[in-house]
Amino acid sequence: MIPELGHFTLALGVAFGFAQAFLPLWGAARGDARLMQAAPALALGQFLALGTSFFCLAWSSAVSDFSVLNVAENSNSLEPLIYKITGSWGNHEGSILFWCLILSLCGAAVAAFGGNLPSSLRARVIGVLGAAGVGFALFALLESDPFLRLWPPPVDGRDLNPLLQDPGLAMHPPILYTGYVGFAVPFAFAVAALLEGRIDAAWGRWVRPWTLAAWCFLTGGIALGSWWAYYELGWGGFWFWDPVENASLLPWLTGTALLHSALVVEKREALKVWTVLLAICTFSLSLSGTFLVRSGILNSVHAFANDPARGVFILVLLGLVVGGSLLLFGLRAPVLAASGIFAPVSREGALVLNNILLCSIAAVVLTGTTYPLFADLLLGEKLSVGAPFFNATVFPLAMPLFAAMAVGPMLSWKRADLGAALMKLWWAALVAAVAGVVMATRAALLPALAFAAAAWLILGALADLIERVRLFRIPLGASARRLMGLSRGSLGTTIAHAGLGVTIAGIAAMSLAHAAIVLLHPGETAKLGGYDWQLVNVHDADGPNYAARVATIRISRDGRLVTVLAPERRSFPVQQITTTEAKISTNGLRDLYAVLGEERDGGAVLRLHVNPLAPWIWFGALIMAVGGMVSLADRRLRVGAPARRAAVAAA
Amino acid sequence: MNRRLLLLAPFGVALVAGGGFLAMLRREQAGTFDPRGVPSMLIDRPVPPFSLPGLASSDLRGRPVLVNFFASWCVPCVEEAPVLMDLRRAGVPLYGIAYKDKPEATDAFLSRHGDPYARLARDLPGRVAIDWGLTGVPETYLIDRDGIVRWRWVGPLTPEAVTAELQPLLRRYA
Repeated sequence: MIPELGHFTLALGVAFGFAQAFLPLWGAARGDARLMQAAPALALGQFLALGTSFFCLAWSSAVSDFSVLNVAENSNSLEPLIYKITGSWGNHEGSILFWCLILSLCGAAVAAFGGNLPSSLRARVIGVLGAAGVGFALFALLESDPFLRLWPPPVDGRDLNPLLQDPGLAMHPPILYTGYVGFAVPFAFAVAALLEGRIDAAWGRWVRPWTLAAWCFLTGGIALGSWWAYYELGWGGFWFWDPVENASLLPWLTGTALLHSALVVEKREALKVWTVLLAICTFSLSLSGTFLVRSGILNSVHAFANDPARGVFILVLLGLVVGGSLLLFGLRAPVLAASGIFAPVSREGALVLNNILLCSIAAVVLTGTTYPLFADLLLGEKLSVGAPFFNATVFPLAMPLFAAMAVGPMLSWKRADLGAALMKLWWAALVAAVAGVVMATRAALLPALAFAAAAWLILGALADLIERVRLFRIPLGASARRLMGLSRGSLGTTIAHAGLGVTIAGIAAMSLAHAAIVLLHPGETAKLGGYDWQLVNVHDADGPNYAARVATIRISRDGRLVTVLAPERRSFPVQQITTTEAKISTNGLRDLYAVLGEERDGGAVLRLHVNPLAPWIWFGALIMAVGGMVSLADRRLRVGAPARRAAVAAA
Repeated sequence: MNRRLLLLAPFGVALVAGGGFLAMLRREQAGTFDPRGVPSMLIDRPVPPFSLPGLASSDLRGRPVLVNFFASWCVPCVEEAPVLMDLRRAGVPLYGIAYKDKPEATDAFLSRHGDPYARLARDLPGRVAIDWGLTGVPETYLIDRDGIVRWRWVGPLTPEAVTAELQPLLRRYA
């Protein structure tokens, strides 16, 4: 009964979606206030319908109803409850339903918080959100129905992929999807602006909080995924330039650019056409990233079950949303007022530089990800583009970006004094240079440069903060008051920029990591990175739905015990998969990382790593997301945009 | 006018990319496009010389044969077993190489799922597999009468693959 209710509410959601896509847009085109007023109710209705539908799926999974095909294939009665629930979005069908649910949540959020929007703009934004999502809801209903029944029901389910049975990964898809899908709102604002034929500063102010929120989630989601790859896949790396990883990085890059260019629209009413294009591209990239993964074109360890027939359906939907919005952009953007001219040395000039560099990086990553596919298609050549390409192309573009990042926030709008801004940063530059030179003696050139960039960014953010509170130039109490009174927007910028510096320091430190693969018999000791790793024993242990071999490793330094690690190899009998459970001991400045490999000749193969500063990679991303949230709490975003200015004259 | 064209450029790029992806999907469905597959370096080259107990490269001459790498610990090999038995009944000469498999485990596997092999070799250390560029088990190669590798199939052989690809090749090299 519950699965049928889920199926019915999914169909209801599709019906709401069609209504949401057509009625408000039609009403806005005809100036019919009643149709426009229907938009919020339709958006809420779609959200309630899809929410009920997803709840039914999660319920079926939680109670192990194996007469539902999706549950039988991705769940098992022995699995812990949390993975029964999280497994409902860890598979192809469930994840598409989940995607539609989050998009409908965005529509509902615009309906709930968009009360201060002009009614025609709100109707159009909600209508565009409905149009973007209805195709995918239809796809969930027709081509990937998660509620298909199975008769006779099997005695037990086939279990969730053991790699996905992990608390970090359980939370990864919801956060990442919220980030991906959140960019639908700026996209809808951009398309609505094209339909309306005008953009002004108020538009920039409305778009920014949505972009910022989506960006925070995407940052968190990518970091969580990378962290999961680090500790669960047990390869000791954190980023592999895998197509699926690149697919999440691309919208992050263009989304970061969007975040900054929307600021220029808000403050200077410039870069309008560019911002609209960025909003469309960001959502298009996140849409393509989410769904190309499922089409079977992109080859990856992360990919879901592939089916080219489903792929064509999805590609047509993608074509309609992406192609339709870009065609609309091509036809309607000339109507928008052309951007004003501004001085290159100014805050907006720095933001343009940021946009150019971020978009160049995105273009390089996009090329590297898709080139092998097109080379195979057109030239019949098999090649793979890997980390060396990305490191060699992304780095030269990222360095000037980092260099400008610390200076940009110090420049004033309209016309700035670059010399004065650099004077305030002299000590940050000095420390960065010293850090670079010191590291150059220990590591290669690239990591040394990255360390310098990290020091420059963190200290640059600090210098910016010191400058703003006028520390040491006025009494401390007055400085503290200035700190409290600082606009959350600029505080958020400072925090986020420093967070990137922390992440870069963590990434650069990976070049100083030590790793070794050793065969140890119980009682034997290996030396690595100044630590003594002693294998005490290897024993059996049982989990709820797996059997494990556990190695006990005592790690000591200069005869003093540092920690004991117990990495595992888990065999999941249902899926006949063995996973390695790496164990990590961290003190914030370095990770001790151990993986248990095969056992042979009475000994065990261990992979041992000493990774200095590794936790900083994800800690920095967390700081970035916190910076975004602080900025989101800014007064001008909370109180709501002031009344819309008179329409800007057309060009 | 130039500005108009410039603003339409993103749409053009998306159109081309979409067309490319559509072509990939079409050809993937038709089986002529596989972004994951790595072509074997051995195709149209002689079999790398090897000598194992039970089979040597010199035995792969005189008539077209299939060489199948398998292992008792490999689940897709179980799936493949009935297809191989059908091939044996059809009279196709099939040589098996057990990859990194204990002899007693191999024998138990063959007695349980049927032994389709005219000859059986054991590659316990997996060294021959390296010369062949094996990407995993099961993997199947067609060797013609001159000892030249003509075809490779990665993963379990399916009845569709046998009728669509293998049988025409067997006729051609017979």
